[in-house]
Amino acid sequence: MTTASSPSAPAPVSSDRRRRRRNVLVGWSFVLPNFLGFAALTLVPVVGTFVIAFTDWDSYSSPKWIGLANFRRMQHDENFWTAVRNTCWYAAGHIPLTLVAALGLAVLLNQKLRGVGLLRTAFFFPYVTSLVAVAVVWNMLLSPDIGPVNQLLRHLGWSHPPGWTTSTDWSLPALILTSVWRDMGYYMVLFLAGLQTIPAELYEAARVDGAGPWMRFRHVTLPGLRPTTFFVTVMLTISSFKVFDLVQVMTEGGPGRSSLVLSQLIFREGITHGRFGYSSAVSLALFVIALAVTLVQFQFQRRSER
Amino acid sequence: MNTTALRKARPGAAPAPAPALPAAAPRRRAAQVAGRALMYVFLAVLAVAILLPFGWMAISSVKADRDVFTVPIEWIPRSYHWANFADIWTQIPLATYLENSLLLSVVITFLQVLTGSFAAYGFAKMRFPGRDALFVGYIATIAVPWQAYMIPQYIMMDKLGLVNTRWSLILIQAFGAFGVFLMRQFYLTIPDEISEAARLDGLSEYGIWARIMLPLSKPALASLALLTFVNTWNDYMGPFIYLTDNNLWTVQIGLRTFVGQYDAQYAMIMAGSVISVLPVLVIFLLGQRYFVRGIATTGLKG
Repeated sequence: MTTASSPSAPAPVSSDRRRRRRNVLVGWSFVLPNFLGFAALTLVPVVGTFVIAFTDWDSYSSPKWIGLANFRRMQHDENFWTAVRNTCWYAAGHIPLTLVAALGLAVLLNQKLRGVGLLRTAFFFPYVTSLVAVAVVWNMLLSPDIGPVNQLLRHLGWSHPPGWTTSTDWSLPALILTSVWRDMGYYMVLFLAGLQTIPAELYEAARVDGAGPWMRFRHVTLPGLRPTTFFVTVMLTISSFKVFDLVQVMTEGGPGRSSLVLSQLIFREGITHGRFGYSSAVSLALFVIALAVTLVQFQFQRRSER
Repeated sequence: MNTTALRKARPGAAPAPAPALPAAAPRRRAAQVAGRALMYVFLAVLAVAILLPFGWMAISSVKADRDVFTVPIEWIPRSYHWANFADIWTQIPLATYLENSLLLSVVITFLQVLTGSFAAYGFAKMRFPGRDALFVGYIATIAVPWQAYMIPQYIMMDKLGLVNTRWSLILIQAFGAFGVFLMRQFYLTIPDEISEAARLDGLSEYGIWARIMLPLSKPALASLALLTFVNTWNDYMGPFIYLTDNNLWTVQIGLRTFVGQYDAQYAMIMAGSVISVLPVLVIFLLGQRYFVRGIATTGLKG
């Protein structure tokens, strides 16, 4: 109201500056309530971790600055490199498969179907099922000799089907399979919300133009979902690199080290052995890897927006 | 069965772009009905397959403890112990645990949705220096696993005297970057014309957020609330580390009481898990109804 009554012609510069300064204040006022809580309780400990990464600290002594020694140790730590490789393999399988499964489910369950609420709930169930039950049933399903999955594979003519969680070559694929099953309902929820932002007129128009279901999906649904897909991809990427509890209950990183992932190494070094300095250094490495992948995704997103 | 459903659905869907032929119309309708029926069958079969582990959990909850882990799995219990569901309330203070879980989940979800959507408006619709750097900072911290900063965070909470209070978990989990990021992405899909028009009508930025953005982003708010609620409800490590007082324990921690030094009462754990899933299901069934296209997005281009 005050801006409307002020004289508009004589002093456009100062009123413009005032408006800009007000904009800054209003903008910060939106961000601050969340940011203060976030900065105090998450950002500060995260920075703390990164400082600890350059110290020698276990549960008996106080932290001592040792520069890059933790990182030099990491360079020669075979466990670390195995965990890096496994984590990257896991992410490379988990991210695209979950993305496609979640998107497919969301598109299917976004139609006007009878009982669609129940179906959506059913597909969300894996995410809320107790991890103990998940581990037991999936280990049974994938059991090399008596498991239904391998029985089916033998029927299909694969005489020596994989040993899944009992084999060093197949434990990661078994984990990927289980995690896709568990996570697809979670990301389906995000896609379902995203689908609601696409105007119905666009579908009408595409139909009038004679576009079939596949064309409508390619040229209306996918572009309309871009902000959601970006969000899901980033969250999915980060959570893949951080995967912990599912690996812990399914394989505990085994057999051998065949499914050891980075966050398990962090947990073992830090919480189990109390080597806080080294475990923080591994955390910093994990952070750098995940951040690098995320930044690449940001670049792609920016390019596709243009 | 699944593969036939897929194979038959394809030809029904493919010849759709042929609107000019009137003779093909009835046949196409029949194909559509058949395709729809096959899709139901496909979805139902898939849903059952997906629910298998949950089924095992439910069946185990009425078994005797020694019958839970059998090889091969027994899908039909040898004997039914429905009493598990009655005994669990007296063996552990389950009602208190449920109450604690509910309190934490509701408060954290409320704060996360409120502050997250509020901050997201600043990031998506306002321009101010430092905005983008701040946002990247938010996202970057998501990439740090919690196991990594658990210890510094605990030391900090300990110094603040908040360990073993509900405040510790509320403060840690209510101000996450997840909600900010999610809501920002949805606000970006709402055209600026709408907020411009409201601004010309004299609405303040706060008014635009409350009266225009919030009602328009119901599906996103619903998904944020659902996912936050479920994550808090199922959180294990957080309460495990911060809550030592039995009166503050949540369901997930409380069920650990059944894990003894040498063996565990698995049937009870499963019964407790089934009970603890029920509130989540009710919330989900209620919340998923908001996944409906809003009025504004449909009527925008007019």
